[in-house]
This record gives sequence, C-alpha cells and structure tokens, in this order.
Amino acid sequence: MSDAQHEHGHHHREPESVLSLRVRALESLLVEKKLVASEAVDRIVGAYEQDIGPHNGAKVVARAWVDPAYKQRLLAHGTEAIEELGFGGVDLKVVENRPGVHNMVVCTLCSCYPHALIGLPPVWYKSFEYRSRAVREPRVVLREFGVDLPESVEIRIWDSSAELRYLVLPERPAGTEGMSEAQLAEMVTRDAMIGVAVVRPPAPGAR
Amino acid sequence: MDAVPSREIADMTGATALPRKNGELVFDEAWQGRIFGMTVAMSHDASFEWREFQAQLIAEIAHAEREGESSSYYERWLHAFERLLAGKGLVDPAALAERRHEFEAGHRDDVF
Repeated sequence: MSDAQHEHGHHHREPESVLSLRVRALESLLVEKKLVASEAVDRIVGAYEQDIGPHNGAKVVARAWVDPAYKQRLLAHGTEAIEELGFGGVDLKVVENRPGVHNMVVCTLCSCYPHALIGLPPVWYKSFEYRSRAVREPRVVLREFGVDLPESVEIRIWDSSAELRYLVLPERPAGTEGMSEAQLAEMVTRDAMIGVAVVRPPAPGAR
Repeated sequence: MDAVPSREIADMTGATALPRKNGELVFDEAWQGRIFGMTVAMSHDASFEWREFQAQLIAEIAHAEREGESSSYYERWLHAFERLLAGKGLVDPAALAERRHEFEAGHRDDVF
C-alpha cells in the first residue's frame, strides 16, 4: 500500500492555503495522466534541498536553550509558543531530551510531520521500514543513524497524527555557553529535531 | 538522474535564481517543494526543456513586476508552470480548473 493510500484515511485538517490546494490539484492531475510520479518528486525535492527547512525549528530550539521561561512555555503549550516566534499552522507538542531520556518521532500511519518548522519530510521518514522499525527496535534504528545510546537511557517514541505533531527539543551540547542564539540555531539539524541525531558540540577550531 | 541536482537548475541566476538561505534551497511551505519537484521531474522526463520553463518563468516574473504584484517567487513559478503545461497541450486548463474546484470544495483530498 502506498503512502498516498494510507493518507486517505488520515485526513490533514489544518487550514490550508489556496496555493497549496492549487498545487495538490495540479499534482493529482499530472499523476493521473502519468506525467509525474510522486515518488520522483519526493526524490528530486530531497536531492535539491537535502535538509532545507529545519531553520524555523532550529530557531525555536535555540530560543528554548537560551530562555528558560520560553522553554517552559514551549514544553507546556507548543502551538502557542511557536506562534510567539511567528510560526504556526500546526498543533505541536515539544518533547525534551535530557539525561536518561531520548525522544524520537515517527508517524506510523503515514508521514505526518511538522512542515512549518522543519520543512519537507525526508524520504526515509516516509518509508515503511522506518515507520515500523522506529517502534519495534528504536535502539537499533538510532544506532544506524549514528546515535549509540546506553541501555540506561529510556527511549520514548512519539507517534504523530493529523491532529498533533511532535518536535524533539535536543539537549544543548556542552561547550556552547558563549554562543549566540543565532549561532546555536545553526547547529540544530532536522534529524536532531526528529530525534534520530543529537546536536554535536562545535569542533575545536571550527569556528 | 533524479538524485543529482542539475547545475542548469540549481545555478540559475538573476530573477530566476532559486531562493536560498545559507546556500541551501528554501521552501517556506510544502507546496513550494512539490511544485519545484514536479517541474524538475517533467523536465527530466523530457516533457519540456528546462530552458523553456525558465523562459516562461522570466516572462512571468517580468509581468508580475510590471503589474506591481506582491506574489512570491514560487507563486510566479506555479503560474509559469501552469502556462507552460497549457501551452504544450499537456494539461487542459479547463480540466485543471475543475480539479482545483474539487480540492477547494473538499470533494477530493489526495495527499502526496
């Protein structure tokens, strides 16, 4: 079963712009006429953007790192807190990584994802493999992403839905005390906000 | 190959230069990535030459600037793409208008 079929039973009901509807109508027609394959579009977008789009989410994370009161609001009321920074269009819950707890986001049904904050979902996020294995064997999946967590760390899996999307607030790396909010935002990757990576401290002499 | 960005597209200059931030392409909303991807995919499949699309985009941008429209880069891209598809006889504008209406009215809700 394809992702598109999955999503039929899983309606996205956030307010959608006229332009977005117009583009979906066009894609629907082009796919029907076999002029375009949605998978090819996914691949192309992924290839060109790599990990574009995590900038908004990175700003949210950096603000939370430097402003404890903002962090509290963000964890308590994600949707309202990102609106403070001018981001919206998504009902959001932010989950915090801390010593002993690692959070990871998946959408087991399809590919629900906080677009407004971290751009388009990467191809692997939409894959059946990730959607099933993230729940079944998260520790193994994380190791494949290069995150090797000790057994003592609890892994929490958050299953996104059309109603609620999740964003991981990664741990602020050590050695970043003197960095500005903008510098911090540059370090935050898309994968860290999905919870399949950690934010690495800057390499000595790299700045 | 889909997986290798074409320099002809990625390195467009002047008014048609792709919006970037810190060197990376920026799609502010998901639909912008979709319309970009559809256009590139169809040029790969030789439905049209990239330079044909680029010429259409240049014309669209010039028109919008002349009219003082506040439309965004990808909105102009969308118009240029629709015009090119119609001009090439690949998409019937009436069929597209009807499909658009079906989405706006909620009769269709395909997600890609």
